[in-house]
Amino acid sequence: MTQLALVIDLNVCVGCHACVTSCKEWNTSGTAGFMSDYNPYEKDPTGTFFNRVQTFEVGEYPNTQTVHFPKSCLHCEEPPCVPVCPTGASYKREEDGIVLVDYDKCIGCKYCSWACPYGAREIDENQKVMKKCTLCVDRIYDETLAEEERKPACVLACPTSARLFGDVNDPDSHVSVQIRENGGYQLMPEWGTKPANHYLPRRKANISIHKDELTRVDNPLNKERQLPMPDEDEQTLDDIMSW
Amino acid sequence: MHPAFSVIFLTTLIGVGQGLFLALYTGQLYSVIKVLPVQDSASFYGYGSLLSVIFLIAGLVASVFHLGRPERAWRSAARWKTSWLSREVIALPAFIGTTFIYSMIHIYGWNPVLFIINESFIIDLSLVVGAVNTLLAFILFICTGMIYACIKFLQEWATPLTVVNYTLLGMASGFALSTVFAAYVSSELVNFYAAWTIFLTLFAFITRSASLIRNTKIKYKSNLSTAIGIRHTSIKQKAQGAMGGSFNTREYFHGAKPIFFKSIKWVFLMLVFIVPTLLLSGALATDMFALFASAFVVQYIGLIAERWFFFAQANHPQNLYYQTI
Repeated sequence: MTQLALVIDLNVCVGCHACVTSCKEWNTSGTAGFMSDYNPYEKDPTGTFFNRVQTFEVGEYPNTQTVHFPKSCLHCEEPPCVPVCPTGASYKREEDGIVLVDYDKCIGCKYCSWACPYGAREIDENQKVMKKCTLCVDRIYDETLAEEERKPACVLACPTSARLFGDVNDPDSHVSVQIRENGGYQLMPEWGTKPANHYLPRRKANISIHKDELTRVDNPLNKERQLPMPDEDEQTLDDIMSW
Repeated sequence: MHPAFSVIFLTTLIGVGQGLFLALYTGQLYSVIKVLPVQDSASFYGYGSLLSVIFLIAGLVASVFHLGRPERAWRSAARWKTSWLSREVIALPAFIGTTFIYSMIHIYGWNPVLFIINESFIIDLSLVVGAVNTLLAFILFICTGMIYACIKFLQEWATPLTVVNYTLLGMASGFALSTVFAAYVSSELVNFYAAWTIFLTLFAFITRSASLIRNTKIKYKSNLSTAIGIRHTSIKQKAQGAMGGSFNTREYFHGAKPIFFKSIKWVFLMLVFIVPTLLLSGALATDMFALFASAFVVQYIGLIAERWFFFAQANHPQNLYYQTI
């Protein structure tokens, strides 16, 4: 069964918020109604977003890592927000596993947002219904778009390709390979929600070099050498002679 | 969680309504088995249960203020198979309706004798309707409590004590109102109801204290490491993804000062349990109506504080993503 999801590579995310703005731009322009903002150009701007980027500092100075952490609905395979909905407005699609809200059925009781441990749902203060990431369901199947553009707006906007999109249940898909080979993980696995979205951890390319690899142990000159080795800062013949 | 007064009034008002009906029906049931004197059908059971209906409808009206789209509220009965909220939405009108029928049966005397057991116990229609309604009252208590208890990651709520407390606190406040009502109509059941109120209040004191003690010992399953998946003991948040706050910073934090939050606990322990028990004891000794009434009023005000604390105390795991509120 298909389970569409995002894979977010924390190793390359630079925290530029392009995914946030492109998400807002696409989804506020759709037929489902705009995503309301309050005081957008004044003090304390606030509004409805599907996707936010947070920043964390890991470790103590000087050994710190700055981690930019994009956070949106994880499209859980066991979504706790769906069974609690009293109207059935909150549902998970059988065909592709996307968790959606039917804005025409939602009564705005906020119970689903209480039942989401990730805080992925936000009420729209203007429309008074619960909103959340739709994985751009209105563009990923749009055949009027070129095939390479049938991806969520955030994925297309990411300048570092930190956001990957695909079917995590297909073992050969790009996202599945990335999860498998780069240590992809889920958020708060302790609640059994089985988030479909995965995160790829920070990875450092380390090589370890031993000291004996820097000086050649079996150097034949060692046998022939009569005099002790000159000091490292002492002039050698090489420094003064032009061969 | 941010305590919503709509839900605070909903849960406390319907608790009073449910408890008042249960008190009246207990009185009627005891009179059938001739333990207590029979009361006037219309003026006692009839108008008493009508008072219960008023409280229940007031609770229902309060709940509407919690909805973004109240005109669609009828849709919320759809998912009773999975959602405790949906079940409550069905159970509450069912209970209000049956309480109203029970009230009308008494007020208009539509109360035929159905059968007589052992030639002494008269079973009439109101007794059967009341039995069904008693079941509905308890179903409603369970639905209300389970709405909160079923969310497993809200660890302060995810305990059977939540359902027990909703039931006992609702019953205690309803019985307190029945005491006022009995005192007002000068019924001889005042002492009976006052004794039950004190018993239920003290019983609820034990179970509510048990949940308070339990909640001080919670080991949270989630932490910032599991929330963002980075194994480190020192993680500091530098940006929350919003400048002027968001739904996430408004809905899940109570926003009260720590001193206020802490003091509310002691306020509600005094107002819900200690003061009403003392007032009722005084009322029983002096038979003053004002004392009976003040016991109920003080306990109800205490319950508003209790419910506020119940919501404010719940620590939602999403708050891990918002470290610097």
